Amino acid sequence: MTVELISGDRHLTAVLVGELDHHTAAAARELIDARLERLTPPLLIIDMAGVSFMDSSGIGLILGRKRTAESYGGSVMIKNPSRPAEKVIRLAGLQELVIPEKAGGSPVSEKERKRK
Amino acid sequence: MKIKNYMKLTVPAKSVNESVIRSCTAAFAAQVDPTLEELSDLRSAVSEAVTNCIVHGYKDSEGEITVVLKLTADGWLYIKISDKGCGIEDIEQAMTPLFTTAPEGERAGLGFAVMEAFTDDLKVRSAVGKGTAVTMKKKLSGKYE
Ligand SMILES: Nc1ncnc2c1ncn2[C@@H]1O[C@H](COP(=O)(O)OP(=O)(O)OP(=O)(O)O)[C@@H](O)[C@H]1O
Ligand SMILES: [Mg+2]
Repeated sequence: MTVELISGDRHLTAVLVGELDHHTAAAARELIDARLERLTPPLLIIDMAGVSFMDSSGIGLILGRKRTAESYGGSVMIKNPSRPAEKVIRLAGLQELVIPEKAGGSPVSEKERKRK
Repeated sequence: MKIKNYMKLTVPAKSVNESVIRSCTAAFAAQVDPTLEELSDLRSAVSEAVTNCIVHGYKDSEGEITVVLKLTADGWLYIKISDKGCGIEDIEQAMTPLFTTAPEGERAGLGFAVMEAFTDDLKVRSAVGKGTAVTMKKKLSGKYE
């Protein structure tokens, strides 16, 4: 699993690529938290389009980062989950964290959606 | 139904073996030509059981995990994943969604829920101080040729 961190204006994006399980979640957690705690962005976006495998350890990773972000008043959203990631996210009842897709295919942020 | 093929694997309880066992299981199941969705579900269910042996059964200390796979002519896969770790005191409670004894390890308490949702049958046997065995059955859409 590789983790790429991209800092935006008011958000941090973590792009996860590869298999997300108990073995790989530990390193991903450390990488994301180090940046998250330093920058305390209002929004952390976890991009899961490239997650080829995920089990409940991925849910632990999402909920753990949500807890970290909420501790300083931030929030977490999931972008473009792959089919295997989406299935487990749904089972965990976390669909509301997934950024809804626009008709054109590009995702709309939670804020943009509320403004409409 | 007659068992057409089987496999038995024993590996040390190291987290790197989570993906090793997932891949071996998918490779074994592939002989009946299942759908990609079935293989994906199977990998998730197996990963949950193996992870539980490592993080709960052996609590990240040393031990062995044994996986037995059996395949019938009409595409039923039997999976048994066992450890000789600490065992489970209350199995019903352990299988309740969101119940976890390791929240500090960022566990969500969803492993058994995934195994249940992604297979056709799940049974757990456990004895405190002796270990735990999880058996799952999954119908694969292909047939053994
Ligand atoms: N092999 C095992 N040995 C000992 N205890 C186990 C074993 N498997 C499961 N348990 C117990 O059952 C509980 C529930 O397991 P389950 O997989 O559903 O959730 P979890 O592992 O705690 O969290 P998650 O799987 O979401 O990361 C565990 O917290 C643990 O107490
Ligand atoms: Mg588990």
